[in-house]
Amino acid sequence: MGQLLRKNVKTAVATAFVWLLALTMIVPFIWMLSASLKLPGEVMELPIRWFPKHFHWENYGVIWNIGHLAPRDYHFPLAYFNSLKIAFINMGGCIVTSALAGYAFAKIPFRGRDAVFLLYLATMMIPSQVTLIPKFVIFDRMHILGTHLTLILPGLVTITGTFLMKQYFMQVPNELRESATIDGASELHTWFRIMLPLAKPMMASLALLVFLWNWNNYLEPLVFLQSWRTYTITVALGSFIDESLTEYNLIMAASVSALLPVFVVFIAGQQYLVKGLTAGAVKG
Amino acid sequence: MVLSKQAKMDLTGYAFIAPNLVGFFLFTIFPVFFSLVISFTDWDFTQGVTAIHFNYGHNFLEIWKDKWFLDSLRNTFTYSFTTVPLTIFLAMVLAVVVDQTSAGKGPVRLMLLMPYISNIVAVSIVWVMMYAPFGPFTQLVQFLGWKTPPLWLADYNWAMPALIIMTIWGGLGYAVLIYTAAIQTLSQDLYEAADIDGAGAVRKFFDITVPLLSPTTFFLLVTYFITSFQVFAQIQVMTRGGPGTSTNVLVYYVYTTAFTFYRMGYAAAISWILFLILFAITIFQWKGQKKWVNY
Repeated sequence: MGQLLRKNVKTAVATAFVWLLALTMIVPFIWMLSASLKLPGEVMELPIRWFPKHFHWENYGVIWNIGHLAPRDYHFPLAYFNSLKIAFINMGGCIVTSALAGYAFAKIPFRGRDAVFLLYLATMMIPSQVTLIPKFVIFDRMHILGTHLTLILPGLVTITGTFLMKQYFMQVPNELRESATIDGASELHTWFRIMLPLAKPMMASLALLVFLWNWNNYLEPLVFLQSWRTYTITVALGSFIDESLTEYNLIMAASVSALLPVFVVFIAGQQYLVKGLTAGAVKG
Repeated sequence: MVLSKQAKMDLTGYAFIAPNLVGFFLFTIFPVFFSLVISFTDWDFTQGVTAIHFNYGHNFLEIWKDKWFLDSLRNTFTYSFTTVPLTIFLAMVLAVVVDQTSAGKGPVRLMLLMPYISNIVAVSIVWVMMYAPFGPFTQLVQFLGWKTPPLWLADYNWAMPALIIMTIWGGLGYAVLIYTAAIQTLSQDLYEAADIDGAGAVRKFFDITVPLLSPTTFFLLVTYFITSFQVFAQIQVMTRGGPGTSTNVLVYYVYTTAFTFYRMGYAAAISWILFLILFAITIFQWKGQKKWVNY
């Protein structure tokens, strides 16, 4: 009896500790939300008032209209739209290219398959910064520097996506493909009618990953885009704080706005995202 | 002409991977080789394509006399060799503790993972505020008894530790997630045996959990080192490599060299040094794993 009680107390202490730590982790987010609803002076008030006296929702109105008031280096609705556009195009593109190639790498015994796949794996360790400079030069030659094509074209194919889909199709029994072939179905038909429906969960995971990669990407848009009209949300935020480092409440409102889609995606698709993040990391 | 069965298979296979392969060659393979070529030139982008001259490895020699490069190299090592071990150790302890608790694993996981998936620019901006004199971090430190804390990001000696703290906060959630998933697959036999022998929680952690989780630790070490050597956004938003050169890191130096000064050849050479370091570290870990990883 005493032992059981001790165990319960231990569990309770551990639970309390974990909750406390988890809450500490989101303190920056809570503070950001609270500061985004304050007046500029209130942000600096001490002691910190976690719950604003009045909710100044108009801060968000200012942020979302800021581009209309005067020509600046940031235009949040436009940057938001740009980021969403790029993320969704790459999401669709990356899923198609990954699902096609992943299936072929896993199931079609064509010659040279292993060599090609090895080449894919070999480049995984090359940091993206190595290809940044040549890409800049290539895009300059192609006269697409400054356009969204610089982010869309390379984003349509990802090695991680190809790898994840290949891993997934490896688990699908070969008999499914063989019996479809005996029935006279073409490879494309088998892929589309039998394999894709099976791979829906993995495609959902990949879709969320691609969305996050694109939404959070900073270095490439910073280098390849040159005008506020084409800026993505990360670059717009970056130039916003460069110019208005004292309007803390507005900066925080802009940051909250930039984080919102991530949280929506995360909370709505948590299980798929977690599957995507852990895939390949843990055996079994 | 009738194709053999294997030839048909080859055609189908390459047709399936064609869209992927084209993208892969255009935006990975070709740029990698192009970058290698550029790194052996003295190319200044503003001088046009005609101004490309090979300087036969001069960049790779000159680099070692460049104070800015050496500083950024040292800073990158300091940054990576503190954030990675600390993050992974804390995550392992935390994952074990989370596993012991009874309720709310979903919400807890959600809260821990939030910094990891969040927009890095937005998160960096928030941490600039966290480190301000009126910010929650400074307030917390004062509450804990440090009456006159430094100006963190504006202080030559404290900017790097500030970045490290922020990065650990941001990277913890993913490692906890991976460890939690790995813990689920551990067999309970050893723990039950240890219970019978009367081993305490700390003993069990170091003698059973740490060795059993070593394959996961290995995976996390490799991935976290690769990510942390490529740190950029935090630096660009929070410190711009300053004060002085105190937080200038390799990728930030590549960025400024290439896109502020347009010294493409020299910048490409630095990016290859970054690759070589990553390659060496990964190989070193790969070779070393036999000594401590249990499969």
